[in-house]
Amino acid sequence: MAKYLMLKHYRGAPQGVNDVPMDQWTPEEVEAHMQYMSDFAQRLVGTGEFVDSQALAAEGTFVRFDGEGRPPVTDGPFAETKDLIAGWMMIDVDSYERALELAGELSAAPGAGGKPIHEWLELRPVMSDVPGGEFNAES
Amino acid sequence: MSPFDEGVLRIAVPEVIGILVRRGADFAAAEDAVQDALVEAVRVWPDDPPRDAKGWLVGVAWRRFLDQVRSRSSRQRREEVYEDEVSPGVVSSVDDSLRLYFLCAHPSLSPSAAVALTLRAVGGLTTRQIAQAYLVPEPTMAQRISRAKRTIADVRLDEPGDVATVLRTLYLVFNEGYSGDVDLAAEALRLTRQLAAAVNQPEVSGLLALMLLHHARRAARRGPNGEIVPLAEQDRNRWDTAMVAEGVVILQAALARDDLGEFQAQAAIAALHADAATAAETDWVQIVEWYDELLAMAENPVVRLNRAVAIGQADGGRAGLAALAEVEPTVPRYDAVAAHLHELAGDRTRAAELFAAAAAAALNVPERDHLVRQAARLRDVR
Repeated sequence: MAKYLMLKHYRGAPQGVNDVPMDQWTPEEVEAHMQYMSDFAQRLVGTGEFVDSQALAAEGTFVRFDGEGRPPVTDGPFAETKDLIAGWMMIDVDSYERALELAGELSAAPGAGGKPIHEWLELRPVMSDVPGGEFNAES
Repeated sequence: MSPFDEGVLRIAVPEVIGILVRRGADFAAAEDAVQDALVEAVRVWPDDPPRDAKGWLVGVAWRRFLDQVRSRSSRQRREEVYEDEVSPGVVSSVDDSLRLYFLCAHPSLSPSAAVALTLRAVGGLTTRQIAQAYLVPEPTMAQRISRAKRTIADVRLDEPGDVATVLRTLYLVFNEGYSGDVDLAAEALRLTRQLAAAVNQPEVSGLLALMLLHHARRAARRGPNGEIVPLAEQDRNRWDTAMVAEGVVILQAALARDDLGEFQAQAAIAALHADAATAAETDWVQIVEWYDELLAMAENPVVRLNRAVAIGQADGGRAGLAALAEVEPTVPRYDAVAAHLHELAGDRTRAAELFAAAAAAALNVPERDHLVRQAARLRDVR
């Protein structure tokens, strides 16, 4: 069992096949997309594989420490930032192959013209808190 | 002991499910009814402990089951059927529990399904506890369990099973260790102990011994902030010597039966570590021999990797690296082992590079942090 994050990018991923911005879809197409996403999550609850799903606002702020007693410095948002995360879904599955399969299905969500977006999703393993070495000779 | 002990309560769970099934309930319904009875027990027992815990659970669970049947209509006819079918109890409760182990680890189940079902139906944990232990939402775990039950709906509870599938499932639970408020390693140990009391097979004893010998080192295996303390640096005074002794006795009895299996061999390696008063006194030559035994049973790249470590300790870093050459570099933890062997061979620069590479590829946080520290130690830029 392992957890994976399927990351959706606003920017930074290679271009999808059906890459029309969402604000240029018909209301029905938007509706169909939302329905697909919600059905997908619901189905994964049903298979016992769903962990979490969140969307992020497109614009954020960069913050950093600026020395004792001083307020943090803020900057941005930067229009030129190359990588921008739109949101994620976390799954808990039996194998990497299963994670690939599910990411493929999520990428098939319908977009403009009701056709699959073929969006590139980034699949990242989630690090566990448990060392795998309970049984290895060095532990 | 307090009048109400959840551990005592949970020991009865598989037996109670078994009794309901013998009376004619199907497994899924019996399991649900017993969960309901458990919830009721947690509510009622602290103030009003029953004299006969198991009898109480059977009574409440059976009533819940009948309620379910009634609500599904055709009540009278079915009730009569069930009342007639109550068995006189010729089958022992040990057999009942054992069949549940087999059923919950049935080969038609995926590993995660088998684990979840075993923890609920054999371990008596609630869905919420299992969900917390595996860090998934409760509805997800509830669905995982009900799907598992549907998968095995047609399997008869009296079909004999393969104990190897049960052992693999318990091994998986043990490896999950400890997260949330459920100690999965301790739970796996409890269930394996229960299994070993019911099944007299050397490999069951082997797994029990292996778990005891590893569990005995638990307090020493992590530092104050959860960091990994490698075997060679552990404070051996913190090992649980009573648990080590128990593991060794169980292992020796298993080995004496001359029917070697993988768990016995792994336990033998763990016992050799436990036997060394200091890391320097470890009998690495014998450990290498046990790895050879394991490889003679089945080719296993992880075993080959650990064997290279043992050879490095027994015969030096160069010999270890030669043994490592037989392992595919894609095996998890290959870089970490290569780093360790290069350090043994005196090449600190290469070792540091490899530790850094291993850290970048690590899939769990404590291991990554440990590997980063190793790289930093060798590079020591102060």
